Amino acid sequence: MKQKLLATAVAATMAMGVSAASADSVTIASWGGSYQEAQSKALFQPASAKTGIEVKEETYGGMSDVRLQVQTGAVTLDIVASGSGSASRAGAEGLLEELDYNLIDVSTFYPTLKMKYCVGGDVFSTVYAWNTATYGENGPQSWADFWDVEKFPGKRAYRGKVSGALEPALMADGVAPEDVYKVLSSEEGIERALDKIRELKPHIDVFWSSGAQHAQLMKDGEVDMTTGWNGRFDNAKKDGAKVAYSFNQALLDYDCFAIPKGAPNKDTAMKFLAEISKAEYQANLPKYITYGPTNKAAYDYPTIDQEVAKTLPSHPDNAKLQLPVDIEWYAKWETIAAEMYQEMLTE
Amino acid sequence: MAAIEGTGMNADGLRRDGFLERMKLFGLCSPAILLVLVILVIPAGWLAYVSFLGADGQFSMENYSRMISRKSYMRIFITTFEVSFMTTGICVLIGYPLAYFLSQLPARIANICMITVLLPFWTSLLVRTYAWLVLLQKKGLVNTFAIELGLWDEPIKIVHNMTGTLIGMVHIMLPFLVLPLYASMKAVNRDYMKAASNLGANPVSAFWTIFFPLSTPGLFAGMLIVFVLCLGFYVTPAVLGGGKVIMVSMKIASNIELFVNWGAASALGVVLLVLTIGALWLTSRFVRLEQIVGGGH
Repeated sequence: MKQKLLATAVAATMAMGVSAASADSVTIASWGGSYQEAQSKALFQPASAKTGIEVKEETYGGMSDVRLQVQTGAVTLDIVASGSGSASRAGAEGLLEELDYNLIDVSTFYPTLKMKYCVGGDVFSTVYAWNTATYGENGPQSWADFWDVEKFPGKRAYRGKVSGALEPALMADGVAPEDVYKVLSSEEGIERALDKIRELKPHIDVFWSSGAQHAQLMKDGEVDMTTGWNGRFDNAKKDGAKVAYSFNQALLDYDCFAIPKGAPNKDTAMKFLAEISKAEYQANLPKYITYGPTNKAAYDYPTIDQEVAKTLPSHPDNAKLQLPVDIEWYAKWETIAAEMYQEMLTE
Repeated sequence: MAAIEGTGMNADGLRRDGFLERMKLFGLCSPAILLVLVILVIPAGWLAYVSFLGADGQFSMENYSRMISRKSYMRIFITTFEVSFMTTGICVLIGYPLAYFLSQLPARIANICMITVLLPFWTSLLVRTYAWLVLLQKKGLVNTFAIELGLWDEPIKIVHNMTGTLIGMVHIMLPFLVLPLYASMKAVNRDYMKAASNLGANPVSAFWTIFFPLSTPGLFAGMLIVFVLCLGFYVTPAVLGGGKVIMVSMKIASNIELFVNWGAASALGVVLLVLTIGALWLTSRFVRLEQIVGGGH
């Protein structure tokens, strides 16, 4: 009896071992909502079907969650979707695994859309958007126009966090896009940008804190002009909002995928990242949300809708109008700049 | 017990019995004491410890010196206390007459009215906050109706600022003031008021000399709960303040995102805790706290 029990136990253990080895799986955490739905339909599910890697999806609260998991040694996530700036800081902090670019093919990527710890997943723009009921189709065409309250009277909304908030101010102040990060690389430069925002502050009704919020502000007509993320405005427009935006002088930024340090299925995760970075999946992303592929080859892939492609932030015609966000600057200056930004906000 | 201690020849036995009884009572209390220790004292102590760790994990005062060198922290604390004081004040102005009115009604009607006070209390805080946003915004119901009725011509700014924050917070906090106040008012013996009238007091002076002082324990309890809850408020100012009304809890959240160590956020928590305890101590100089929280004799 005892022996039989033991045999059963051994068999069961072996069976478990076998099944764990054969069914590779990864747990992916992203931001939820229409964004994650798009990622899931365009990237995760098709790649899972093709590779046989089982995908478990979760939502999470950002890199502070990853920090908590890594520091307590209880890492449950294999892949996380993140903004490029926070991924860069988390990488520097030692929270992320270095990615294996021998495995992940980034030869057809925009060179600025990947880094040591994070590979670009989609491209978005921080744009200025305006209410077409107030200004018609020909709204502001530059950041200087956004600041010009005589030419474009009306209420503004602006980001409540420093990320993506200083660059427009400097461009409005006459700094050439290519010099923006040079000027920002000192406290005086940051102060110059803040002074420009102080100038506009009486006309800023709301400092927004989320993409859903700035989309809603435009939908409700609460403000006449705002900064924000292009995909949200496209979705708001689909819902009937009177909103338009321009890519001229917009900030080209990207979201990326990273692997937390000590992820339980690190190797599978690396394989999965290699798969979803391919053009064949990336070409389908714009079907679900108007964020562009990071893999340039996706624009030539047969399944991409050329009409939609022209409206995407990373389409070559649009990309050349924009200032790519400098991740290095954020890694070095964001904490200081954020504190200075808070001073400006609380004045 | 004190009265019989130390008399006659049974003194020793009595003292021993007293000691044993105290030990037994302490034993009965110990699970509760342990619970408080585990879920309150230890985490708070850990919080304080972490707040002294710098970005490199070494002992450092940087999390505190930052609060002094950056003016925004002081302003955020001032805003937090300002919002809390004003919310408490407005709650008293609205809540006292309301509770008085309820306490004077016959029980059945009072119960129905009480439900109207409690109903919002049972609705999610987020839902109520967003509802206010919908009501108060530029093209919201309040502005639309007021303009239709000719009360004002242009939409007025009643949200995305301090006004909106206070409206939302008062609405959410009001039950916390009304409930203890109502209980306190119901406990006032009506015969006292009749006696006052009988002795020649007019209704106004009877109210101020008899009823009001007797209702103060409930009033102070309510004020204290409202004030302390306000200090840590997050959702309502974040949604209705338009990003311009920044309270400590919001800064704690942004510091967790921004700094690589927990200390930057912990230090804010410690300062808020100390200031709250300070406020309670200050209150205790003027009113007896144990009477307010119901532990008094």
